[in-house]
Amino acid sequence: MAKIELRNISKKFKDDTVIQNLNLTIKDGSFTVLVGPSGCGKSTTLRMVAGLEQQSGGDIWIDDKCVNDTPPGLRDVAMVFQNYALYPTMSVRGNIEFGLKNRGVAKADRDKLVKDISEIVGLAPYLDKKPQSLSGGQRQRVALARAMVKQPKVFILDEPLSNLDAKLRGQMRTELIQLHKRLGTTFVYVTHDQVEAMSMGDEIVVMNKGVIQQADSPMKLYNDPENLFTAEFIGTPAMNTMNMKDVQGLDIQTSVSIGFMGFRPEQALLNAGPEARGHVIEGEIVTRESLGAEQIYQIRARGGVFFVKTFLAPLETADRVKVTIPYEHLFYFGLGGERLRSGIEAGARQLVAAGGV
Amino acid sequence: MLKAVNDTIGGTPIGTAAESDRVFVRSRQQALRRALRAVLQVVNYAGLLVLVLVFAMPFAWMLSTSLKTLPETMIFPPEWIPSNPVWQNFADAWNTGPFLSYFVNSVVIAVGILVLQMLTIIPASYAFARYKFKGSGFLFGIVMVTLMIPGQLIFLPVYLELSAFKLLNTHLGLILPFASSAFGIFLLRQAFMQISDELLEAARLDQAAEWKIILQIMVPMVKPVLVTFALFSFIAHWNDYFWPLVMTTNETARTLPLGIAKIREVEGVATWNTLMAGNLILVAPILLVFFLSQRQIIKAFVYNGVK
Repeated sequence: MAKIELRNISKKFKDDTVIQNLNLTIKDGSFTVLVGPSGCGKSTTLRMVAGLEQQSGGDIWIDDKCVNDTPPGLRDVAMVFQNYALYPTMSVRGNIEFGLKNRGVAKADRDKLVKDISEIVGLAPYLDKKPQSLSGGQRQRVALARAMVKQPKVFILDEPLSNLDAKLRGQMRTELIQLHKRLGTTFVYVTHDQVEAMSMGDEIVVMNKGVIQQADSPMKLYNDPENLFTAEFIGTPAMNTMNMKDVQGLDIQTSVSIGFMGFRPEQALLNAGPEARGHVIEGEIVTRESLGAEQIYQIRARGGVFFVKTFLAPLETADRVKVTIPYEHLFYFGLGGERLRSGIEAGARQLVAAGGV
Repeated sequence: MLKAVNDTIGGTPIGTAAESDRVFVRSRQQALRRALRAVLQVVNYAGLLVLVLVFAMPFAWMLSTSLKTLPETMIFPPEWIPSNPVWQNFADAWNTGPFLSYFVNSVVIAVGILVLQMLTIIPASYAFARYKFKGSGFLFGIVMVTLMIPGQLIFLPVYLELSAFKLLNTHLGLILPFASSAFGIFLLRQAFMQISDELLEAARLDQAAEWKIILQIMVPMVKPVLVTFALFSFIAHWNDYFWPLVMTTNETARTLPLGIAKIREVEGVATWNTLMAGNLILVAPILLVFFLSQRQIIKAFVYNGVK
């Protein structure tokens, strides 16, 4: 188990600065997910922790040890790669015990460890096969076993599920969560898939262009995004955001300048009655996606196109609909994309009107 | 084919006469297509057979001649299978010179070259493929340039050099000039470059030392390429005539090809039967090596990597 600390980390590839001044603490025993679009620096960050990439500046601490100059093999870190990176000329057993051999673990101990691990991940019948003869899921398990057998302080997983089909991915996802619970080791996981991040991580680090946008628990990220990027990145479909210039008829009183307004597709109400208090947008339904329990509508209004998601409600057949977003579910962002939390009062006029009667 | 026609008709409910006509036309088209495919297959196999004959004929001719008497080699039309195989030809060939010494020299030199080449080309190609160091491009360029220089062009300076080191007429003198191979470095470098970086990174995380990564992970992965190169190198040096000829002045280090060339000179007549027997002695070890490594060679040419 280990706490990882990145202090003022920067990374340059030739003249290209990928990461600048990154500070991050990964808690001991946490399942931390680094998530962000391609090229946001999440994999680079991970590889620097593993020691496969040397940072251009700053320090990396694992527990109380600065590992800047420690080679990857001695950092007590195990990694699972996206394409598994199994040694193709070695058997499954050979793959799993290669790291142990290099550490000089005695044969008897090696055999016991390999046996135990292969039972945990369900590979016992395949120990003498070559990786080529295994399925994708089995290979993934070999890669996991190879990492686990070393009993590392930190597990690093670089998009380990992206080569699997959807069903297997779901299965491996739950297996990984269980594995993390069982081992209690620090997991650092990289993915570009926010659904994967939300479902697995207990701590999510959203990155964009080499900068950490927000590091929080999944629910905090969803309910309380720090900025426009996080708001638009988390959620399926993502949060609807509109430039304030295009928003009409929003009843707010504010002393700050608002750049953008946003709301979650699942918090908007379709054709709500007059008792619902909120911002109202009228629009035309462009597409309907019916997924069984939920329906996703794409709606075109004067301010732009946005999504609305309903649960367990009959499919809306009308072409024109009234969308009501309760005031408490509106998010405001400044001109630079930062979240605005105070100084905005919505629905005041309606209240006055109601009080006046 | 008839059965196929019946099947198609049988498989379709026959309604109106027009419909059954249509079915008939369709099944005839299918039959035609099948016949065409069969013809193409025959043509294909015939072509392959011709190729096999072109390559196998000289070989068969060599084998046949090596078992004939000298007059029999001149008979027209030729007799492919001699009625009384003359095994004596092999003994004659062997006895025309110090063949045991030739054979030993050939083995020592070809194997010696091979071992030295493995020791030099594996580290060199690995370094060229996997490390970026100052001047690596330039150095690799120099290696490539040596590929373009024929041996005939440098044999004189090499001869003088070997002579200065008193290495003429020694095994070492015939081995050392081939201690490395530009072709081998090039071939192996390409193979090493195809191996994904992640595999090396995984090995580094597994605390493997560099030599272990090379020997236990990289080399086994390029084994087919390595075996192919080894075979090419072995055959080239086993059969080499020119180099041993110019670098030796007496029998001490001479090799099989030189011995066989001498058979022809015996008694001033071309003794084709003995010559061919000698040739068979020459190629037998190569055939053996080829049979042993056949699977690897085929793998090297159809190698598609491991995902």
